[in-house]
Amino acid sequence: GITVMPIELNVEYGTKMNWASFYAIISGVNRHSTGIGRIWLSVLSIFRILVLVVAAESVWGDEKSGFTCNTQQPGCNSVCYDQFFPISHIRLWALQLILVSTPALLVAMHVAHRRHVDKKVLKMSGRGSPKDLEQIKNQKFKLIGALWWTYVVSIVFRIIIEVAFMYIFYVIYPGYKMIRLVKCDSYPCPNTVDCFVSRPTEKTIFTIFMLAVSGVCILLNIAEVLYLVGKACARHVHGSDGTSKAPWITQKLSSLKQNEINQLIADHSFRSKFKDTRKNPVEKGERCSAF
Amino acid sequence: MSWLTLYSQLTGVNKHSTSLGKVWLSVLLFFRIMILMLAAEKVWGDEKSEFSCNTLSPGCESVCYDHYFPISHIRLWCLQLIFVSTPALLVAMYVAYNKHGTKRVILRSGNENIEGDLKALKNKRLPITGQLWWIYFFSLLLRLLFEGGFMYALYTIYGSFYISRAVLCNVKPCENQANCYISRPTEKTIFTIFMVVSSSLCILLNLAELFYLIAKALIRSFQLSNRRQDCNHLASKFEEAIPMEKQTSPKY
Repeated sequence: GITVMPIELNVEYGTKMNWASFYAIISGVNRHSTGIGRIWLSVLSIFRILVLVVAAESVWGDEKSGFTCNTQQPGCNSVCYDQFFPISHIRLWALQLILVSTPALLVAMHVAHRRHVDKKVLKMSGRGSPKDLEQIKNQKFKLIGALWWTYVVSIVFRIIIEVAFMYIFYVIYPGYKMIRLVKCDSYPCPNTVDCFVSRPTEKTIFTIFMLAVSGVCILLNIAEVLYLVGKACARHVHGSDGTSKAPWITQKLSSLKQNEINQLIADHSFRSKFKDTRKNPVEKGERCSAF
Repeated sequence: MSWLTLYSQLTGVNKHSTSLGKVWLSVLLFFRIMILMLAAEKVWGDEKSEFSCNTLSPGCESVCYDHYFPISHIRLWCLQLIFVSTPALLVAMYVAYNKHGTKRVILRSGNENIEGDLKALKNKRLPITGQLWWIYFFSLLLRLLFEGGFMYALYTIYGSFYISRAVLCNVKPCENQANCYISRPTEKTIFTIFMVVSSSLCILLNLAELFYLIAKALIRSFQLSNRRQDCNHLASKFEEAIPMEKQTSPKY
């Protein structure tokens, strides 16, 4: 089992958990994304997170205090608000953004696992110099093999979550329109009372905007899946140039062994320049057969 | 996630802009984003809570406010600034893509001074020619489109840039025509005019930059065709000269 924490999250007490730190965590995955993935991340951060923080939150700021009912009955206001707004748009969008970004952490975990195994293999082979370890930390992995599958699965999850939230929005707020007036007759309201929602037009505009950007993100994700599948098919059709179909780990070990052999042959040829050229042929053979 | 994050992304593009582009970015930051953040938001802060109508009908104020302010100025300006800043990121993406390709070439070349080369690449300023020129041009067009679009939207929704002190409202459930009073109308008018003027200034800067780019491209192609003419001229002269040399020189 893996004993090391797969994700390198520096969560200290006192680190502010806000959208900025959220964005910092997500953009860490950026290195291993495709080009479309990076565009998706920009669209997400600028047109959704930024718009949410800078504009939408102030529109929904007074949603409860601005919700007025045509009654003086205490508690009627509160109950009617709760009946018609089980969960506010803003909270739904915040949840959506957080859940949509989480599959990217699958990829981050996979990459961290690979780096961990890489380090172990290096240490086993005895070449664990700090420089090599540092190189591993900054190494960029290609999207092939198991990492490809993880990446595609993460995008599929993203699409599912986006569509699910769009559906939830539709169910809770039919037509995506914000109603101006609601008629409420739940206890303790005496009759059917008229309740007025604050800023309905502005809220409708922002709902449609966020919906449109959501749609754009879904399209980007679908495009990314098709691109990855296309690339994989092309790779199989044209035949892998020298890369075998063996799992990544055995490839790594065999390439390491080959490097070791090459290294030793190089060392040996260097040393033999200064030694007696009449070398015992058995010794050479022994060295080579060790591998 | 705030305006400053967006601005820090934009300053990355600054290196590859023309000088007019850099002026545009400064105007955007100081006259629009900062003013919006530090001043305008406070002016519009109590727009709903201080909107009072001369009526006791519950809900009348809410409905009248919604009728006269379908989308608040502040939100329009926020969206405008976000949309206007985004085309510059197209340029940033292209530059990053280009540099990534060059980086791969450097890493594969196996030169001695790889680290120095990579560092030089990182700080390199790409000339605005060829593909980059077209992308830059396209981003400028988009910027102009968004600026114009949002100014038009502001004018269409509010009719004028002047905010009156009171509005007459007879939308249901208001019983009769109720007088509704807007809070801080003069201050809002001043800031609206200020933002409109800075918007127009940005539009002018973008137009100037557009013409500058086109002019530079024309001059470049003119110089190139001149050079080609000179080359052809020289080549033809050289051809004329050679047969004469062959005749006179005994070496050949």
